[in-house]
Amino acid sequence: MTYQFDFSALLPYWPLFLEGVWLTLKLSALATIFGFVVGTLCAVARAEGPRWLKTVVAIYVEMIRNTPLLVQIFLVYFGFASLGLKVTANTAAVAALVVNVGAYTCEIVRAGLESIHKSQLEAAECLGLTRTQTYWHVIVRPAIERVYPALTSQYVLLMLASSITSQISAEELTAVANRIQSDTFRSFETYIVTGVLYIILSFVVRLAFTLFALVIFPRRRKLGTAI
Amino acid sequence: MSLTPVHIEFIATGALWTVGLSAIAFVGGSILGFALALARISPVPFVRRCAGTYIQIVQGTPLLVTLFLFYFGLAVVGFDSLPAIVAAGLGLVIYSSAFLAEIWRGCLESVPKTQWEAAECLALTRWQRMVRVILPQAMRIATAPTVGFLVQIVKNTSLASVVGFVELAQAGKLVNNTIFEPFTVFIVVAAFYFVICYPLSAWSRSLERKLNAGRR
Repeated sequence: MTYQFDFSALLPYWPLFLEGVWLTLKLSALATIFGFVVGTLCAVARAEGPRWLKTVVAIYVEMIRNTPLLVQIFLVYFGFASLGLKVTANTAAVAALVVNVGAYTCEIVRAGLESIHKSQLEAAECLGLTRTQTYWHVIVRPAIERVYPALTSQYVLLMLASSITSQISAEELTAVANRIQSDTFRSFETYIVTGVLYIILSFVVRLAFTLFALVIFPRRRKLGTAI
Repeated sequence: MSLTPVHIEFIATGALWTVGLSAIAFVGGSILGFALALARISPVPFVRRCAGTYIQIVQGTPLLVTLFLFYFGLAVVGFDSLPAIVAAGLGLVIYSSAFLAEIWRGCLESVPKTQWEAAECLALTRWQRMVRVILPQAMRIATAPTVGFLVQIVKNTSLASVVGFVELAQAGKLVNNTIFEPFTVFIVVAAFYFVICYPLSAWSRSLERKLNAGRR
């Protein structure tokens, strides 16, 4: 092996790398928030909705879970164009990621909803809670708390998968890396740095989710136990 | 121009390569992943830590970046005229080994501790304990999630298109470059993926149901 590693060629590019990290965080945060809302609504629709709605949601979930994200990104990107809508690559990227992660969130939250024991509903009825109160306080919130670890893993994977949106030239870390390597011709070094940045990012995202759990689930903060 | 049978045939050939690449990734990933799963539950802390670090690194990097690293890395160490399938295959093997290792570690650990102890009381050797007692039980638990992960592998082979390997997604891109009908082309490509993946998903679900039925 005669290859000379040269990381110094990348030094002038560190502000670009940092910008890429920021863009990836922004992209995945947007996709996570909207994806969570879409997924939870779909899960509730699948559990409580009329029959036709259940079928629609089931078809959506199966279609998304059995096709690759890359193809979904292309379909959304070109789909907007063939509808005559002019959107930026980043908007298309967020839309595709939301559609994708919404389906996975739906399945995870559905498992959570199914795990709520029937006696809880009976107890809620005995306490005279209204239907909405029961649904929110007794079913949805404990269900989400129970599947929170699975959701965390899914959203970390989403952050990593957002790298695929570089294929439609959305602005994020991998796209920035592609540009840097074509500027410097130090491809191997560029992607090593990019890989390390992603590893750090996945630790940071995981930590952020753990801290967020302490804020939104008082049980964890006060008793130190999960549900 | 529109989609002709010739284009469909080209895409179908790509689908065959997708299946082939998935098989390479699954077989290679299984061998490496099984060794890693055993290392993860090894009694030697150093071995456990090494395997853990490897898994964290691979699971913390996007597959896209792993593929780029292999693509450019192989050229760097002197293999600059290898076909694209080598870089794609290696990247996918590394990727699936890390995930399969974690799945299987969970399955090995979910075999009740009493089974390990009972095997020890019967004076079985470590090898006998693993092959005769633990693995048969762990494999029953492992089948459903492994088939489920197979779906992930098939879907992720689509990323091999970035290193120029002509599988299903890349075949779709090439066809689109000649007829400029992205929406139609990628619907067809997605349908091909669905046909490969859906039976696997359904199989995984039915395996899971059977396993749970046995336990209830």
